[in-house]
Amino acid sequence: MAAEASSPAAPAAGSIGGRRDGLWLLVIWIVLSIIGCLLVALVWGPHMPPGAQSSSAASQQTDITVLAVIATPVIIGVLLYFGWAIAFWRQKPGDETDAAPIHGNTKIQATWITATAAIVLALAVYGTYELIAPAGAGAGEGPQPIWKPAGTVAQTSFNCQSPTAAPTWQPGTSNILQVQVIGQQWAWTYRYPQFGCMETTQLMLPVGEPVQFNVTSLDVIHSFWAYQLGVKADANPGVNNVAYTTPEHVGQFVVRCSELCGIWHGAMYNYANVVSDSDFVNWAKSQQVQLASVTKLLPPYALTYDPTVVNNMGKVNQQLGLTGAGGGYYNPADPEQP
Amino acid sequence: MAIETQPDSAQAPGGREPGGTPKERSWWLRPAFHTALIGAFAGYAFGHWLGNFIGSQYQQVGTSDDNDLAIVLGYAFLVLGWLIGLGVFNDLVRQMLGKPINGNGHTGNGLAKYFRYSLDHKTVGIQYLIGMLVYFFTGGLLAMAIRTELLSPSYHVISPSTYIEVVGAHGTMMMMMMTSVILGPFGNYLVPLMIGSKRVAFPRIEALSFWLTPCAYVILLSSFPLGGFPTGWTGYAPLSIQAGEGMDAYAFAFGLMGISIILAGFNIICTIICYRAPGMRWSRLPMFVWAMLTTGFLLVLAAPVLVGGMYMIITDRTAQTAFFVNQLGGSSYLYEDLFWFFGHPEVYILALPGFGIVSEIIPVFTRKPLFGYKVAAAGMFGVAILSFFVWQHHLFDSGMDPDMRPLFMLTTELISIPTGFIYLVAMGTFWKAKIRLTVPMLFAIALYINFLFGGISGVFLSDVPADTTAHGSFFVMAHFHYTIMGGLIFAFFGAIYYWLPKIMGIKLNETLGKIHFWTMFIAFNSTFMPLFAVGMLGQPRRVFEYARNLETLNDWVSISAFCLGGSLLIFIFNFVMSTVVWRERAPQNPWQSRGLEWQVPSPPPPENFKYIPVVLAGPYEYGDPDALPVADLNPPAGVIAGALAGVGAGADSATTSTGSEA
Repeated sequence: MAAEASSPAAPAAGSIGGRRDGLWLLVIWIVLSIIGCLLVALVWGPHMPPGAQSSSAASQQTDITVLAVIATPVIIGVLLYFGWAIAFWRQKPGDETDAAPIHGNTKIQATWITATAAIVLALAVYGTYELIAPAGAGAGEGPQPIWKPAGTVAQTSFNCQSPTAAPTWQPGTSNILQVQVIGQQWAWTYRYPQFGCMETTQLMLPVGEPVQFNVTSLDVIHSFWAYQLGVKADANPGVNNVAYTTPEHVGQFVVRCSELCGIWHGAMYNYANVVSDSDFVNWAKSQQVQLASVTKLLPPYALTYDPTVVNNMGKVNQQLGLTGAGGGYYNPADPEQP
Repeated sequence: MAIETQPDSAQAPGGREPGGTPKERSWWLRPAFHTALIGAFAGYAFGHWLGNFIGSQYQQVGTSDDNDLAIVLGYAFLVLGWLIGLGVFNDLVRQMLGKPINGNGHTGNGLAKYFRYSLDHKTVGIQYLIGMLVYFFTGGLLAMAIRTELLSPSYHVISPSTYIEVVGAHGTMMMMMMTSVILGPFGNYLVPLMIGSKRVAFPRIEALSFWLTPCAYVILLSSFPLGGFPTGWTGYAPLSIQAGEGMDAYAFAFGLMGISIILAGFNIICTIICYRAPGMRWSRLPMFVWAMLTTGFLLVLAAPVLVGGMYMIITDRTAQTAFFVNQLGGSSYLYEDLFWFFGHPEVYILALPGFGIVSEIIPVFTRKPLFGYKVAAAGMFGVAILSFFVWQHHLFDSGMDPDMRPLFMLTTELISIPTGFIYLVAMGTFWKAKIRLTVPMLFAIALYINFLFGGISGVFLSDVPADTTAHGSFFVMAHFHYTIMGGLIFAFFGAIYYWLPKIMGIKLNETLGKIHFWTMFIAFNSTFMPLFAVGMLGQPRRVFEYARNLETLNDWVSISAFCLGGSLLIFIFNFVMSTVVWRERAPQNPWQSRGLEWQVPSPPPPENFKYIPVVLAGPYEYGDPDALPVADLNPPAGVIAGALAGVGAGADSATTSTGSEA
């Protein structure tokens, strides 16, 4: 859209008052655009949200930077043009006549349409590439994902009989780590089917390992937003929504609900961590032991849960206070202020 | 020589019968606002009783305090009672009984007619203008409450439950109002004047579309005493099924507004197609009329889906139909799809009228013809058609079929091509112009600048990877405030400053207008520009708590928002002082516009034109010394008859018989 920002100038340039508006506009616009694009790409780009803590976040950062670089000349062009018009093409005091009429210009109109169409189509192609290459760009892909991290397989049957059974996931294998994210009003819980199907209120991920999030909800629509990981997937009741990412740096990240889910939507967030492989396995094994009594009461691992038919709900509530698969609802009368 | 009598054509308003008018009762017995209020109260009481009577048979009502049926039936009968009290059905009943009807369309004199079911499109336009301003300022006050709460990341000025009610009411109030904020006041008032008609096609439907809006307003606000609704303006199921009685107010009010805009759009389409004066060819139609036509099509095609969705929420809540409950065989995706199938065309219902208004304003104040007239009209149609094929971009992260995402990314980005036409037209029109920086022109330029940021941020949102971060955050919120408030509302105020001299014959104070513009423009950008950053840094929409590192930005935004509110107080002061106290008379055509509406006296006489005008030239022929005057307001006899006799031939003869200044 940028090129034609100043092209209406070209045909009439130099015709009035000796000032070549079109040429000046074009030169100023090109200079400002080059400076602007370089600043955006080189200075601002590395700090663009959402950072580079995971593969999907990094690809989004690149994508947002590319969009910002393309937007820069467009914004500069339009603002420059209107600024120029207000500065130079004003009615002179006492001049009540009309300006020279121009009804249109086929060449300019055709150029404009071609240029905008080319930019838009290029953006769509690039956006599609950035969506497919990093395995769905961290967005929820629904129950049947089609873009998965290369070289991974997803385990489909899990041993949930014994809560302290040996983990079926090892770092460095093609078996992808699966984490079930369960949203409920107004908290997140996480179930690790490969670690005895335990369910915890903390999210912990190993660095450098692809992760598959299976996001679901027990009541209304929530949205699982791991900001620094560039992951966002709606949690729909009765639906399994899959998203992928690969954390690449150790550190803390925040999980927020990003779909309005009721009164305490604003308080529905917690902090999670990316840790080293060995720290993760140790943490998971200790959690397995610690939570064994609760895990026994949970319903069998499933992709979705119907809280209206879960047994043991009262017991689960008593023992842990909060488990998603067990349908432990957050008590609105006792709001937690994070 | 001019014709002295009009042919008895379709232009006689209201289908008046020659049987004389019914005898006038004293004013307090005639149907008007006060009788409508009585009807509304009586209707609500009856409906509530009926709902309780029926509901008492339901087990679930007996065990809870919630009887949604009583609320919904109360609202339904409230609307019915309001309309009966207003006299909407009087003429219909009279006609059925074979009695003379009161259809002259100009009920009463002075201010009283604005409180009646008037069939005059100019009265309806002014009713709409005041009504929409009331909506706007109510929604604006709610926005002030939101920004007050967000001054601190953790301290609560209003409780979280009140906060969520306020957020929902603000969004719904504004969205309901924005659908008709231009089409209601300016579309109804100006379209007949611009196309050379004495009336609109369906005056009763037009008046009905207005009189439903006060009901929708009251019903929406009644959600507060009922506990509010926690869903925001989108009303996503199943949260909306789970919510308390305030949700009924949301669904009923929004659905009612949907009906109102269907009626308004239907009337405006028929008026534009069927009521153009001889010589008003499609190629001479003012751009504002094109915008109203495309908006009308969007309203008529999109709003029924909204009404259907709201109806299904109501039946889910009252009759347990479970359309949207996954566990019972329904689908929450169904609601999302229905809502956005309305919701996305609605976004362009909010954009196109703004484009129409600025396209009308800029030729006048650049003293140049509109550059690329056909491109502008094509751009509007392109936007309107494409807007029906993009709705799933609201659901990129929802778990929809992943295959569909590249497709919806493409269609969404395609919309920026016809939107770009609007910029091409503006920039071409500004080229070497003689710009007069009047208040309406300032607002028009502000639209192009604000909408630029709104549109470009829209490209970020259409891109799936970027949307993964931006979706559901304050970035989205900043984006649509830039397009809707920065676009539509700036155009709305520009239109008020531009056309009020026509509508009231009174000019608004220019100095105060400029102060209003500059404070509003600066405060607006200072409010919403930082919100792009706030969203990208991870603050979701509709939260009452946020990360501490965003406190500075949020405080800046809140303070700017209060300034924005203050700038609107300047407008109110200017509006009230100029129209009530100072009353500075405006000349008939203060802007030297070629628009047909400016060729009649200000304010226009009851029937707009003494004779149906014959349009001779396009409205934007500035600077062309050979251009004909825009219309012959006193056409020679036989022209109209000729125009009515043959379709194509009539229009041609009208354009050739010029120059009669009888």
